[in-house]
Amino acid sequence: MSIQTWTWILVGITFTLYIVIAIWSRASSTKEFYVAGGGVSPLANGLATAADWMSAASFISMAGIISFGGYDGSVYLMGWTGGYVLLALLLAPYLRKFGKFTVPDFIGDRYYSNTARSVAIFCALLVSFTYVAGQMRGVGLVFSRFLEVDITTGVIIGMIIVLFYAVLGGMKGITYTQVAQYCVLIFAFMVPAIFISIQMTNNVIPQLGFGGVDESGVYLLDKLDGLHRELGFAEYTSGSKSMLDVFMITAALMVGTAGLPHVIVRFFTVKKVADARKSAGWALLFIAILYTTAPAVAVFSRTNLIETVSNVKYENVPEWFKNWEETGLIKFEDKNGDGKIQYVADIAKNELTVDRDIMVLANPEIANLPNWVIALVAAGGLAAALSTAAGLLLVISSSVSHDLIKKMIKPEISEKGELIAARTSAVVAVGVAGYFGIHPPDFVAATVALAFGLAAASFFPAIILGIFSKRMNKEGAVAGMVVGILLMLFYMTKFKFNWFGGGTKEDWWFGISPEGFGTIAMIVNFIVSIIVSKFTASPPKEVQEIVENIRIPSGVGKAQNH
Amino acid sequence: MKSYWKTNLRYLLILLSIWFLVSFGAGILFREELDTIRIGGFKLGFWFAQQGSIYVFVILIFVYIRLMNKLDKKHGYDEE
Repeated sequence: MSIQTWTWILVGITFTLYIVIAIWSRASSTKEFYVAGGGVSPLANGLATAADWMSAASFISMAGIISFGGYDGSVYLMGWTGGYVLLALLLAPYLRKFGKFTVPDFIGDRYYSNTARSVAIFCALLVSFTYVAGQMRGVGLVFSRFLEVDITTGVIIGMIIVLFYAVLGGMKGITYTQVAQYCVLIFAFMVPAIFISIQMTNNVIPQLGFGGVDESGVYLLDKLDGLHRELGFAEYTSGSKSMLDVFMITAALMVGTAGLPHVIVRFFTVKKVADARKSAGWALLFIAILYTTAPAVAVFSRTNLIETVSNVKYENVPEWFKNWEETGLIKFEDKNGDGKIQYVADIAKNELTVDRDIMVLANPEIANLPNWVIALVAAGGLAAALSTAAGLLLVISSSVSHDLIKKMIKPEISEKGELIAARTSAVVAVGVAGYFGIHPPDFVAATVALAFGLAAASFFPAIILGIFSKRMNKEGAVAGMVVGILLMLFYMTKFKFNWFGGGTKEDWWFGISPEGFGTIAMIVNFIVSIIVSKFTASPPKEVQEIVENIRIPSGVGKAQNH
Repeated sequence: MKSYWKTNLRYLLILLSIWFLVSFGAGILFREELDTIRIGGFKLGFWFAQQGSIYVFVILIFVYIRLMNKLDKKHGYDEE
């Protein structure tokens, strides 16, 4: 059977599965819609969190980025996993004890202020929208390559599916579809990785395989370093970013991860505090399976790519090369007219450009794996993109219906009215996300990094201080969040969009890239918060009691409806 | 309550120090020094940055779960 037939079959089966689950677990109350009724088991929540977290970027792009960046790619590996340690130790148990529905809920109540709540709503919406547009783009990319429909049709099909189960099922539907999606995506990621590991190093475990030897007895990583030197690239295991920048980016991604609202809300769905800790553990374990395999995939595909195309006559390139050329994601320009592909670091002489995003998708083809494996990767990429999109849409809809309408504009709204508002805002959000998926603004790639920086610069200090400092008051938290966000926005727009006079790499403050600047903005937020709070009144007694109370894990049950 | 919170903070301090050491320490700050040591095909610093730190992260969370469950029990904060 052809790749396309296989893809239709596998995508058809998985999509049917998601819809069946959505119908079976549809939400009938706001509590079910926002937090799945608060009774999800830690294991199921761990699986759902893993799928929620691992987006099209983790599944499709990350191994490719590492493949081209080598050691530099470590920032994503450590950054996107290390954040879970912060989540599990510093946030999840306390937020669960607090027992509300959303992150702005916590900020608004802990800082007894609707100004704080509004700032939090603004951040949650900004972070989630920039993120979700990227997911829809991922859906479009997979559809257009594997099912040969155009990107617009692909995005629309994706929108309909997400719409169906997010709007109908709310958090409850999303949770159980995410469990299924995790299984699909991890299977789809591991099968080709294991195949290729056996092919290249005779080792079934990719994590060990990429430290092993190839058929000629040379260590794979040494061989790759050698190939890189030969072609003029920086050594694979050393990379080219400065140590300070690697440090800052890693920290920004870790803290950003811990501050992302769609991840945090997942911990509201379990029954008790001990379960919130446990689900963070399960979540990281399930995420680690993919994240420790990705660097192996990166090494395999990098070696394979160089060996397959470097100095090869253009008419002799394999089938996959031509297929991807049609999508415009691989480009070959015979600059010196010798009919061979020169792939080198020197831009003037290099004749090949490969889009980083295709490495995972093309990898099984490059390694000559059977058609069903290639189709499986397509289904996995869709599962990753859809599960994250759904989680983000839920944050958007609950921010609007719960935080904005119920808590600020119309407190007397009925349960039924709020549920209708939640569903309506989910529909609108899907529409907007789909629009950006079809017409991606140039800044999508830049704004995904911005999402992490913003989460790091705004939510993280406010939540941490809200839990660990009884003295922190609304003036401090609001000042910190506002200064943090503005500073982050300023730096990003200056160096990414050339606002405020723009600037180049040489003008970066202390050589810190915009991706890593979230760390600085976060530190500034902490400092501003603490100083301002010292000079303003202590929070009221009730609030100090709330803080005392969230530090004790027992007695969670009642804090639900309000 | 006071001693519960104090013990909790002590656990956090210890676990987060390890968290910092394996990622920012071994994977970034001391990467070049560690890269002179090799385990099979891996340079040690590179291995920590792309593999080791992640394994330690997982272990840290599960250790924390154990410690806290015990501590909850000791103070009668465990439920069911």
